[in-house]
Amino acid sequence: MTTVAAKPATMAQALGRALRDAMAEDPTVHVMGEDVGTLGGVFRVTDGLAKEFGDDRCTDTPLAEAGILGTAVGMAMYGLRPVVEMQFDAFAYPAFEQLVSHVARMRNRTRGAMALPLTVRIPYGGGIGGVEHHSDSSEAYYMATPGLTVVTPATVADAYGLLRQSIASDDPVVFLEPKRLYWSKDSWNPEHPLDVDPIGTAVVRRAGTSATLITYGPSLPVCLEAAEAGRAEGWDLEVVDLRSLVPFDDATVAASVRRTGRAVVVHESGGFGGPGGEIAARVTERCFHHLEAPVLRVAGFDIPYPPPMLERHHLPGVDRVLDAVGRLQWDQ
Amino acid sequence: MTVMEQQGAGHAARTAPPPAWQPSTDPAPLLPDAEPYRVLGTPAAAHTDPALLRRLHAEVVRGRRYNTQATALTKQGRLAVYPSSTGQEACQVAAALALGERDWLFPSYRDTLAAVARGLDPVEALTLLRGDWHTGYDPREHRIAPLCTPLATQLPHAVGLAHAARLKGDDVVALALVGDGGTSEGDFHEALNFAAVWSAPVVFLVQNNGFAISVPLAKQTAAPTLAHKAVGYGMPGRLVDGNDAVAVHEVLGEAVTRAREGGGPTLIEALTYRLDAHTNADDATRYRTDDEVEAWRAHDPVLLLERELTARGLIDEAGLKAVRDDAEARAADLRERMNQDPELEPMDLFADVYAERTSQLREQAAQLRAELDAEAEAEAQAADGAEGGRA
Repeated sequence: MTTVAAKPATMAQALGRALRDAMAEDPTVHVMGEDVGTLGGVFRVTDGLAKEFGDDRCTDTPLAEAGILGTAVGMAMYGLRPVVEMQFDAFAYPAFEQLVSHVARMRNRTRGAMALPLTVRIPYGGGIGGVEHHSDSSEAYYMATPGLTVVTPATVADAYGLLRQSIASDDPVVFLEPKRLYWSKDSWNPEHPLDVDPIGTAVVRRAGTSATLITYGPSLPVCLEAAEAGRAEGWDLEVVDLRSLVPFDDATVAASVRRTGRAVVVHESGGFGGPGGEIAARVTERCFHHLEAPVLRVAGFDIPYPPPMLERHHLPGVDRVLDAVGRLQWDQ
Repeated sequence: MTVMEQQGAGHAARTAPPPAWQPSTDPAPLLPDAEPYRVLGTPAAAHTDPALLRRLHAEVVRGRRYNTQATALTKQGRLAVYPSSTGQEACQVAAALALGERDWLFPSYRDTLAAVARGLDPVEALTLLRGDWHTGYDPREHRIAPLCTPLATQLPHAVGLAHAARLKGDDVVALALVGDGGTSEGDFHEALNFAAVWSAPVVFLVQNNGFAISVPLAKQTAAPTLAHKAVGYGMPGRLVDGNDAVAVHEVLGEAVTRAREGGGPTLIEALTYRLDAHTNADDATRYRTDDEVEAWRAHDPVLLLERELTARGLIDEAGLKAVRDDAEARAADLRERMNQDPELEPMDLFADVYAERTSQLREQAAQLRAELDAEAEAEAQAADGAEGGRA
C-alpha cells in the first residue's frame, strides 16, 4: 500500500493515465467506445489518447454497445487486448448477451485454447444527480456470471493499479468505476503507481475492533466516514474494501469478522439478490462461532433507481450505516 | 431583436437548410440483381472449369452423406441434437472453398459441414452436438470460430477479427454465416453497420432457407430481399441461387477478393432450402407442405451438379460411384468413431473458467473430487460384494 502523497490526482486522471501507460507499453491495447476519441469520453477518462496513439488505437465506434463488445471479442480472438468503454452503467445492457454468452464463456468453451483478454470499463452507481438510466449499480448481474472478473476501485491508487492489472489480465474483466468518485482526490504515489495489491485481494482500509464494515467502490468513503463518526458512540469500526467482487477474498473478510465478531455489508446495489446476501452468507458459513450478531446489510432499497432529487434517500449514508451497527446486539 | 430583424441583418438570402444531408454514396451500385445469380442450367455453365465442377460435386455429395450420417447418429443416441444442413450443402461447401488458409470462418450451429469441408475433423466439429464439450477444436489452429448458438452474435466477432487483422496489416478475410431468422437480430444490424463503417474485410453469407424453425420469411421481414438490407449500411448486396454450388462459389469468391483488396464488406443472400426438419427434434410437417419440399428436391444441389457433369460428359457411372464410395467410406469412419464413448473428465469442469482457479472454484472442485472418489469407492465395494456373492 502506497501512503506517500507525492501528487494528489483525481480518480479520473489516474484511470486516464493507466490507459495511456498500458497503451504505451503494449501495442496490442486498443481503447474503443462511444465518444472516447475526439471528445475524450463523457467523463474525460480517455482524454488525449486518440491524439497520442491515433484513431486506430483509440476508436470512436458507432453507438451500439453489443456491436462494441462483439467486435472487441473478435479483436481479442485475433490477439489484440481491447479496452471497451461503456458510457454509463445502464447503457451497458445491450452488450449483456455478448458478455454472458461469449466473453465470459470463451476460455471455458475452448478448453483454454482461446481466452479473451479484454476489459470492459463501466462507470456505475449514483450520487451525481444523474437522470434515469445514469445511476445503476449493476454489479450483481456481473458477479453472477461465471468467467468474468469483477473489479471496482475505491481509491485513486487502486484506480490506476487495478486498471493496469485488469488490462494485463488474460481473463475478461468488468471494471466498475464509481462515478461519484471520479473527481475524488487522495494520496497517490505516481512514482510507484503499480504498487497496489493484486486483483482478488481485499484490503483493510481502517483497522478496528468493534465490528467490520464490508464494502467496495462508491460506499468506501461512506464507511470510512461512518467509522470516524462511530467513535463518538464508542465503536471502533474496521473497514474492509473488497476491491474485486470476483474473485472474492473470503480469507481477508473472514479474518476481519473473526477478530471483531460483528459485520455489516454496505453497498448501493439493491439488497434483494444483491452482493450483500452472498457476502453475508459466506461470512456466516465461515465465522458462525465468532459472530455476536447476525450479519446485517445496508443496501439501496429494492426500487428502480430514484430520480436525482430523491436519490439521497436511497443511497446508504453514514446514519444508515451507524444505525445498522447499532443493531448488532451490543447488550447481549 | 426579433427573428425577422435578425434575418434582415444579413441572413435574408439563406432559406435552404445547411447542405449536411446529401447521400454520401450512390445507392444504385449496391443494389442486388433482380434475379438470383445462377450458373448451373444456364449457358454460362459451359464455361465452368471441369476440375471445379468435379471438386464441388465430390464435396457436396460427401456433405449430403455427412448430413444423413449425423442425423442417423441422433437416432442412435450418439448426438444430443443435429441441426441438419441437408439441402444447403452447396452453401456449406462453397463457404469452405472460398477461403484461403489464413482466412477465418464464423459458423452457426447449422454449419458444421462448412467446418468439415474446410478440413476440420468431423468428430471435433460435432463435439458441441454430441455434448462432451462445447467446442471440440482450437479455433486459432483451424481459423474456425466456435460454432455459435445464440443467433447472429458471431457476426460482430467476425467484423472485429477482420478489423484487427487489417490493423495488423494481414490480408485476412473473415466469412460469417447466418440464417434468414438471424437477420432479424440486433447483432446482425450492428455487425453490418460496424463492418461498413470500418470497411472491414468481412463477408456475410445469409443462407435463406425460408424458415426460422417454423416461421416463414414473410413473418421475418418486409424487405424486398434480405440482400437489399446491405444498401442501408452502404455495402453491396448480392443475391444468389444457394443450391447452385458454382454460382455461390463464384459470388463468394468475388466478395472475398473484394474484401481482401480493401473494398470492404459484402452481404450475400443465398436462396436455399432445408430439406430436413430444423433438428431431429422438430416436426416440419406442422409448418410446410410435402409439395413445397418436393419442389425443392427437384432443385437439389447434388442433382444440379450431376446434371451438368453428365451433360458435359465430365463424369460417367464409374465416376459417380467413386464419389459415392468415397462419401460412404467417410461416413462409415465417422459412424465408427462416434460409436465410441467419449472420454469424460468431470474435473475438467473447473479447468478453464479462469486462467487461475478462484478459491471458491478450488473448494467446489474439491467437493466434486470427493463425490467422485465416494462414487468410485461405492462401485468398487459393489463389485467386491458381487464377487463375494458368486464365491
